[in-house]
Amino acid sequence: MTFEQFVFYVFAAILVFAATMVITRRNPVHSALFLVLAFFSSACIWMLAEAEFLAIVLVLVYVGAVMVLFLFVVMMLDIDVETLRAGFISYLPVGLLVAAAMALEIFLVVGPDNFGLENYAAPAARAADYNNTAEIGNVLYTVYMYPFEIAAVILLVAIIAAVGLTMRKRPETKSQDPSQQVKVKKGPDRVQVVSMEAED
Amino acid sequence: MGALIGLWEWLGENLIIIQIMIKIVVIVAPLMLAVAYFTYAERKIIGYMQVRIGPNRVGPKGWLQPIADAVKLMFKEIVIPTKANKLLFLIAPLLTLGPALAAWAVFPFTEELVLADINAGLLYILAMTSVGVYGVIIAGWASNSKYAFLGALRSAAQIVSYEIAMGFALVGVLVAAGSLNLGDIVNAQRGEGGLFNWYWLPLLPLFVIYFISGVAETNRAPFDVAEGESEIVAGFHVDYSGMPFACFFLGEYANMILISALTALMFLGGWLSPFPASWVDGVFLLGDGIHWLFIKTAIFGFFFLWLRATFPRFRYDQIMRLGWKVFIPITIVWILVVGLAVVYQMPWWFD
Repeated sequence: MTFEQFVFYVFAAILVFAATMVITRRNPVHSALFLVLAFFSSACIWMLAEAEFLAIVLVLVYVGAVMVLFLFVVMMLDIDVETLRAGFISYLPVGLLVAAAMALEIFLVVGPDNFGLENYAAPAARAADYNNTAEIGNVLYTVYMYPFEIAAVILLVAIIAAVGLTMRKRPETKSQDPSQQVKVKKGPDRVQVVSMEAED
Repeated sequence: MGALIGLWEWLGENLIIIQIMIKIVVIVAPLMLAVAYFTYAERKIIGYMQVRIGPNRVGPKGWLQPIADAVKLMFKEIVIPTKANKLLFLIAPLLTLGPALAAWAVFPFTEELVLADINAGLLYILAMTSVGVYGVIIAGWASNSKYAFLGALRSAAQIVSYEIAMGFALVGVLVAAGSLNLGDIVNAQRGEGGLFNWYWLPLLPLFVIYFISGVAETNRAPFDVAEGESEIVAGFHVDYSGMPFACFFLGEYANMILISALTALMFLGGWLSPFPASWVDGVFLLGDGIHWLFIKTAIFGFFFLWLRATFPRFRYDQIMRLGWKVFIPITIVWILVVGLAVVYQMPWWFD
């Protein structure tokens, strides 16, 4: 076993362990944190596959942004652990069946029959100065220009839809309007000098 | 000396891991010393700004104060709250300190002096600084205390918001330099104009936004709502004591130094001399060198302290307004401007 294989198996083992913990831990915060660990170890495996750009972006986007917001929501949930625990045994057989079927399907599609080394030779290792970021950029903005732009527009639509859903006005709630507040002038808006007669 | 160089080369060929370890120590040890004396500088500078003297009892003029603080924190008891989640409670400080130190791995101190000269250096730094937020969130949640939890929620929302503005500001830099490698970014700022060739001039709005977002990202005043001692006692680290607390402290100050150094690197030409090369060629200390990087970093470090002594704390909704409605639109517009300038090869900087 070469050193590279050893590193791969270490990270793969951590990844499988973390993924299992995500679905078996009762506390959703623990599950979310194990999901972070799973993302991180898969980024390390991508790094081994010489996909440095994608590995760092995975950490930046999923670990650094998506999971932070996810944790943010999960931490604020008030969850009753007992009700979560209740259905576990009764759903277990169905769950195992579905999981086994999916694993079989994945194996049939991406197994060694279709993607083995005899069908696709292992790509040659690149030199240290090979710039993977520039290569991805070149392909993304030339060959895959339209799919890339369409994906961007779909995301934009999703953002606008999410904002639109939460933008309902409720007249009975009181809130501050910062854009009004920052426009306040020192003169008549904020301070008013009142002259009063002195009392005895 | 010759024997030492021979040993170093032998290490590089046979035990490269030991050589890398030595390099890491050479970066981290001075960094920790800088962090210790940054806290001293903070107390002294803010003291003078508030017409006080600051620490002056331990050692000559208080010079040994940070050492005394470190010793005190090391020998303090580590208190773990009864219903806290023990493992996460102790992991959280490490998650703050770890990324703050790991980000220095790709930092170029001079042309040759860099631990890992990778192509996507800028991206790596962004990824590492974004991982640092987990320390704060996990600390707030694991403490099982409402003040800590409020601090964690505030800080998570704030850091995620300002990261976007910060990322966009850096996109402007990489469009201008045409590279993600930090060394290449500095070299792209080299030119006959000296300091007028640096990116602070063509990218002025991004420069200002990057530094302000950096202050918000490190949870420093006036953006320190995560700690807000007058509102939520001390926020996410209210339940921490001894070494775990010291880890948060070290992480925060290491991050401040990192942001200062990155601003110097990205917008003020890093180790480049502010004078045109033809004037100072061969003049001692006026040419390019690591000392310029240290001077620039120290200036931004001073800005951090100056801001803290000057401004009152922002209100929470104003922080969000500033981040989302002011900074992000400005950065997006300026990225377009920079893109056009690069495409049409605007003279002085991009030709």
